[in-house]
Amino acid sequence: MKFAVIVFPGSNCDVDMYHAAKDELGEDAEYVWHDETSLDGYDAILLPGGFSFGDYLRTGAIARFSPVMSEVIKAAKAGKPVLGVCNGFQVLLEAGLLPGAMRRNESLKFICRPVGLKVENNNTMFSSAYEQGEVIQIPVAHGEGNYYCDEETMASLKQNNQIVFTYHGTNPNGSIEDIAGIVNEQGNVLGMMPHPERAVDTLLGGADGLKLFKSIVKQWRESHAVKA
Amino acid sequence: MRLKLEPSPEQIKTEKIYQQMGVSDEEFARIEEILGRLPNYTEIGVFSVMWSEHCSYKNSKPVLKKFPVTGDRVLQGPGEGAGIVDIGDEQAVVFKIESHNHPSAIEPYQGAATGVGGIIRDVFSMGARPIALLNSLRFGELQSARGKYLFEEVVAGIAGYGNCIGIPTVGGEVQFDPCYEGNPLVNAMCVGIIDHKDIKKGQAHGVGNTVMYAGAKTGRDGIHGATFASEELTEQSEEKRPAVQVGDPFMEKLLLEACLEVVQNDALVGIQDMGAAGLTSSAAEMASKAGSGIEMNLDLVPQRETGMTPYEMMLSESQERMLMVVQKGREQEIVDLFEKYGLEAVAVGHVTDDKMLRLIHQGEVVAEMPADALAEDAPVYYKESREPEYFREYQEMKPETPAVDNFEETLLQLLEQPTVASKEWIYDQYDYMVRTNTVVAPGSDAAVVRIRGTEKALAMTTDCNSRYIYLDPETGGKIAVAEAARNIVCSGGEPLAITDCLNFGNPEKPEIFWQLEKAADGMSAACRAFNSPVISGNVSLYNETNGTAIYPTPVIGMVGLVQHIDHTTTQQFKESGDLIYLLGETKEEFGGSELQKLVYGKIFGKAPAIDLEVESKRQNQILDAIRAGLVSSAHDIAEGGTGIALAESVIGSDGLGADVELEGEAAAALFSESQSRFILSVKPEHQAAFEAATDAVLIGKVTDAPVLRISVEGKKVVELAADRMKNAWKGAIPCLLN
Amino acid sequence: MYKVKVYVTLRESVLDPQGTAVKKSLKTMGYGAVEDVRIGKYMELSLEKTDRDVHETVKEMCERLLSNPVIEDYRYEIEECVAQ
Repeated sequence: MKFAVIVFPGSNCDVDMYHAAKDELGEDAEYVWHDETSLDGYDAILLPGGFSFGDYLRTGAIARFSPVMSEVIKAAKAGKPVLGVCNGFQVLLEAGLLPGAMRRNESLKFICRPVGLKVENNNTMFSSAYEQGEVIQIPVAHGEGNYYCDEETMASLKQNNQIVFTYHGTNPNGSIEDIAGIVNEQGNVLGMMPHPERAVDTLLGGADGLKLFKSIVKQWRESHAVKA
Repeated sequence: MRLKLEPSPEQIKTEKIYQQMGVSDEEFARIEEILGRLPNYTEIGVFSVMWSEHCSYKNSKPVLKKFPVTGDRVLQGPGEGAGIVDIGDEQAVVFKIESHNHPSAIEPYQGAATGVGGIIRDVFSMGARPIALLNSLRFGELQSARGKYLFEEVVAGIAGYGNCIGIPTVGGEVQFDPCYEGNPLVNAMCVGIIDHKDIKKGQAHGVGNTVMYAGAKTGRDGIHGATFASEELTEQSEEKRPAVQVGDPFMEKLLLEACLEVVQNDALVGIQDMGAAGLTSSAAEMASKAGSGIEMNLDLVPQRETGMTPYEMMLSESQERMLMVVQKGREQEIVDLFEKYGLEAVAVGHVTDDKMLRLIHQGEVVAEMPADALAEDAPVYYKESREPEYFREYQEMKPETPAVDNFEETLLQLLEQPTVASKEWIYDQYDYMVRTNTVVAPGSDAAVVRIRGTEKALAMTTDCNSRYIYLDPETGGKIAVAEAARNIVCSGGEPLAITDCLNFGNPEKPEIFWQLEKAADGMSAACRAFNSPVISGNVSLYNETNGTAIYPTPVIGMVGLVQHIDHTTTQQFKESGDLIYLLGETKEEFGGSELQKLVYGKIFGKAPAIDLEVESKRQNQILDAIRAGLVSSAHDIAEGGTGIALAESVIGSDGLGADVELEGEAAAALFSESQSRFILSVKPEHQAAFEAATDAVLIGKVTDAPVLRISVEGKKVVELAADRMKNAWKGAIPCLLN
Repeated sequence: MYKVKVYVTLRESVLDPQGTAVKKSLKTMGYGAVEDVRIGKYMELSLEKTDRDVHETVKEMCERLLSNPVIEDYRYEIEECVAQ
């Protein structure tokens, strides 16, 4: 399986995404610079964290117009797995691939620490390796992770089971309904503030994020086994 | 034309305009002699910044000569952007610490942020990939609104820059004392990794080669920043606010990636950051180090504002700019490379053989000065030194043990002292994990960062207890280096080298210069004892507010090599049943201690004594025991003494406690700050081997119940639940800020 | 040439923690009269005259990039300046 790690000017978790896919999963992975105009040949798209375009104007607002984004949208429409973490999540929101918007943390401070997450829906291509309701430890590191959407959107998120992860214990940023990660209606685009790619090695304090990547690979193998 | 409004060379002399720029009458006469004529406005501006303490070290050079700067592993000592030490496998570690005290006192967010930006550029301009940031901060005791504001904004500024550029801030230290109320200290350290073959220097070799400018455009920000940093802060300082620069970490991230790509291109001859004194210092230093000259056409310098004069362009301290020397004819390769990152690289001049820095503006030569005179040959002053009255008084005082009635209360109060308390409120705001190599995060003795693709890791720390140094600069200087080494060793590393940031008061006062000299003597002795030379550093003098100096604060940044990642050790107790050992004897030493400050509200007397030979022997024992796999946890005993060290090992553990028996006078047993002491825990099966390997004494056991119990001479003095200690320790700083 | 001033603010229904913090601070400073603080962004654009209706262009820029309609409102002022 081949992962594309999209690199915007100012991305800085691209290296971590790459190593998670390449070293920890043992899959193929490549960096893709933001001005690329094709994502053919990639089976999954990873939008890493960081400060694309310096977070200027709004987080993700400028990256959303990078040339590669029309390809990301195309891949999402084609049903390929698209994972946006932290700034990647913010880009997906700005691009309209996921509903809602991001506000500054309630504390107005950047927060970096491991947090508890509850798996609200393990019936997605990103969470199938977890148990339903499982509580995992994944680090957050953001200044704007305070997810917001209006009531109507919230109702439809709930109805379609689009909420995949919620904060368990303390909500670090004040997000609505403790939301930490959501998928689109089709279930192939996941945006989340916590960093699963930082939790793939016990040496660094935990490996609870590994199952997320393994879920993606498992789904891909199964769907390709059927086709083959 | 703006130029016409500038004072004429004659006016500069007769009206002594140079004095406003910090140039003395003697220095002006010397400049006149060097040039063989009167300097014009641009030239006197350039001389004034190059001869400021910040750029020339003119007052501190005789002191800096004391430091050992060479060693088997040292690949680059002081003098370049950062120092370099070999770590084997054709790899090396690059690091440096630098102050941004004065800008941070005026505009704390931007002052701190640009301090971080500057030190990162120093490291990547050597060709190294920055892998970690640390800092060392000093503030007043968080009582005043201004003090709290400075603290919060400095932390936010460090976070803002480091988080955005994506280099983890993995460690540091913060101390609080009234002496820093008006003059906080903000020292930032950056550590990078490089392959030997990629090492680049800031030298302008090859006559005819092209001088190129890359990065952000030049504006009028920060003009005279270097001179500003070499003056005392007064109430008028805030009016100088325009001198503070604004950082753009996004620009720097792009510049970082572009520069790391450009160092792989053999068209690049030399590269240097435009730091303090911007274009002036980078050009003069690159030429001077290479024994060449540089001619620049200032019309080609990318400008953010219109109508800038040569004076303004040369003295601007706009951030995120680099100067490069590139092989003639290959400029386009460099231009294309930078363009990929959306950056501009432009040719602005060329290397000459006449050793002059020559500036052209609108077709005219507007400045022409010998590069050596600006850089290498800047004046050096041997300042008068005098032992201060207070020192003799303190030395003659009889040791006094503070009275403690309730040991539990005192322990809790000490845990709440901001210097001792948990720094979680701070490091929660730093992304300490990005790049996923941080093995030991903030909160233990030293941070440990693995080197991907190898079995090795680097341990790194910043340390300086300025109270000891104030009481006795020489002893305190030794302790500062020893403590850094203790932190490295307790984390499983072997000290490699140090970088230092000498924060002192006004060196023109003989008592301040004496502090500087004595501290340097102590540090040098300790560097030799731990085989850790000084490979880079920075001097920040004139740290005074309205005539009162800070405590002498020579901050030590140390990096150590963890040979195998498995040697990584932390301070927290690991398992119930582990044996707890104390290494080192306890004396009744309270001069400059947290307990003394708590009980008397001030510090006095003698600093704790240190024997470097004993220290070194104990550190070697610990490192050997760690490498032999005998040690579960290791923690040095520092501020607050054994009681605090034990509390910290309990608080950080996963719900464990400790049962400990100590000997001697109870206040000393718990709170003395005698040096060269350690708390270690060991699995029972390693007891015999550990005892054979070290001089440590068994004092107790790690327990299941999350309670710290301490008895002294058979009498129980402390029985505190871990949660109670944790709440006091973690709650202290947030509580002070609210 | 047009000089365009764009003001972007959080929608009233969206919590503004920055504004709340500033309000709290002003109150502690003794400005008891402060009822509410909302923090927003102010942008200045210089636009060349084209065939396209300037209002239409500015609106489009505001909706596509300068504001996020999910949480933000915008308003703008257009001033025509005479070339010098």
